[in-house]
Amino acid sequence: MNKIIKYVLHDIFRNRILLAYVILLLLSSLGLFMMNEDVTKGLSSLLTVLLIVIPLVSILFTTIYFFNSYEFIELLVAQPLKRSTILLGVYTGVGISLLTAFLLGIGLPVVIFDGTVTGWYFILSGSLLTLIFVSLAFLASVITRDKTRGIGISMMLWFYFTLVYDGILLMVMFAFSDYPLEKVTIFLSCLNPVDLARILVLLKMDISALMGYTGAVFNQFFGSLFGISLAVSVMLLWIAIPILIALRIFKTKNL
Amino acid sequence: MLRSKVIFRFTYITTSIILNTCFLLFFLIVLSTKSTAREIVVKPGTQYSTIKKALEEAENGDIIRVLKSTYIVEDLTIDKSISLIGVDFPVLDGRHKSNILIVNAPKVTISGFIIRNSGFSNIKDKAGIRVEKADTIQILNNRLENTCFGIYLAKTSTGTIKGNTIIGTSTAIQSGNGIHLWYSHHINIINNKVSGQRDGIYFEFATYCEVSHNLCENNYRYGLHFMFSNNDNYTANIFRNNGSGVAVMYTKHIRMTGNTFDQNWGSSSYGLLLKDISKSHISNSTFSKNTSGIYMEGSNELMIINNNFFNNGLAVRMLANCEKDTFMLNNFRGNTFDFTTNGSENNNFLKGNYWDKYTGYDLNRDKIGDVPFRPVSLYSQIIERLPSAVFLLRSFMSELLDRAERALPSMSYVNLYDSEPSMQIIRP
Repeated sequence: MNKIIKYVLHDIFRNRILLAYVILLLLSSLGLFMMNEDVTKGLSSLLTVLLIVIPLVSILFTTIYFFNSYEFIELLVAQPLKRSTILLGVYTGVGISLLTAFLLGIGLPVVIFDGTVTGWYFILSGSLLTLIFVSLAFLASVITRDKTRGIGISMMLWFYFTLVYDGILLMVMFAFSDYPLEKVTIFLSCLNPVDLARILVLLKMDISALMGYTGAVFNQFFGSLFGISLAVSVMLLWIAIPILIALRIFKTKNL
Repeated sequence: MLRSKVIFRFTYITTSIILNTCFLLFFLIVLSTKSTAREIVVKPGTQYSTIKKALEEAENGDIIRVLKSTYIVEDLTIDKSISLIGVDFPVLDGRHKSNILIVNAPKVTISGFIIRNSGFSNIKDKAGIRVEKADTIQILNNRLENTCFGIYLAKTSTGTIKGNTIIGTSTAIQSGNGIHLWYSHHINIINNKVSGQRDGIYFEFATYCEVSHNLCENNYRYGLHFMFSNNDNYTANIFRNNGSGVAVMYTKHIRMTGNTFDQNWGSSSYGLLLKDISKSHISNSTFSKNTSGIYMEGSNELMIINNNFFNNGLAVRMLANCEKDTFMLNNFRGNTFDFTTNGSENNNFLKGNYWDKYTGYDLNRDKIGDVPFRPVSLYSQIIERLPSAVFLLRSFMSELLDRAERALPSMSYVNLYDSEPSMQIIRP
């Protein structure tokens, strides 16, 4: 497995795309931090990058990489290796490289310019999001054989988690606005990793506004150590479950 | 002829002598009254072992110096115009019984004491220093600890409360107000520090007062709370981390300049709560890290100029019953929401403010944005109708809604905008 990881890492780092990704992230984070006098505002603008660009690049890059190295994977399958070892090896390789890119491109500037608790939560949720979307990409790639289709499914997943889910949620909230929804929303937020990542950062950043509104219940829950650890563990589940399903499918898949 | 001259000279001499003696007498009287302003020293183990004894002996204008020791004092009434001066901070301990000092006479000075442990009652307001129906009062450089009410002034005029430190009981139930004014006027409240009380400074029917350079922090309810108190000035005070910030109600003609409203967090907490205020002036103040910077209700004809709103949840919440208020040259930076309101009609005036959320352009480079800025965002209106939607704050969807609305305002029903937003931060 270590050999596979090594090979994948070598392959990706030789690839220029990852470098371009790091530079893009670095430019946006440095630009946002330097443009705004206020560090908090830089961080809040960067939150949009965190919630949109990182999932998108993670899921697309992984899907494309998977299909591009399809032949390599086929070759590996022909070797006396367990299929789960192969898939996990590739996953770890891609995960490490994208995580490195995120930490270099956004993590480092955030630590340098901000360095507060909010910044650390920001990095934590960004790292988790990267891994979650790599995991989802593997699921999307494994269920089809066709590259275009795989990319299509990845895009759909990204679109669903960043926009459609929240839209549906807002509609549901409007429809049931006569009922107390706070506890329901806590549950519903767990069904979307992007929301969880946002909440983790938000509660550190916009805490004052949340308390002013009915978000008090919300804040009480996610503001507590229990809430935070629950959010993080749900996000870890979001990493584990898609990759486990992908593994099951990959094991029996006719390549 | 000669006789008349002699008579004239004689009268001249006599009158001059009379005048001189009169002058001398007057001088002597002045001197003698001066010399009767005695100094009585209170020290345990001497003739004046308690302040009460000294007070019985004292006459108007005397100075009572109290040397360092601990004195048990309960309802000690000062009914003569004297100066009560503590040397090296003697302690007046009320042993949780009743009031500690009561002032009933004019021209009283109290300075340099540590006054602690007043009583507590549900019916009567027990205070560290209670002043009633007196004038020209000076309360200087005292330290009040564990008093229900700190300094309590009722029907008093022309006084100075300066340099006192008031540390409350730190229990929510047994706390009164730090500095409490009721039906008083022309009182200067300068350089005091109040913490751990219910309200830091409380005014009811207190007019023409000057409140400056005070620090009110960690009080249970409001840092400053006033009602029906017209024509007061508040300058350079700091109100920090109080339960509900600062509340001002049913008042007109007030000036608040250079104050700092900081870190008033909580579900019903405000930097500055304005209720039924009119014809007042708020300028050069800083509102930072409050749940709501300013919350306005029924407040009319206010000038809100040159203030800084930083990192608040809501910078300004203005209910629909506010009219003819002016917001000019303020900076709005890093607030989650700059402005929210609950109505669609607007009769207020915004001009030349700096908004960090402004995305317009400035073609002629005159530092004034060419497109008006609408500070009430679409998403804040959604939250207005559906409070639990705050859950989706900062999500891609809420940003998208706001952006779309800003590009093509079609759904915004709020007729509130800054016609000339500043392109750069306004420096005073």
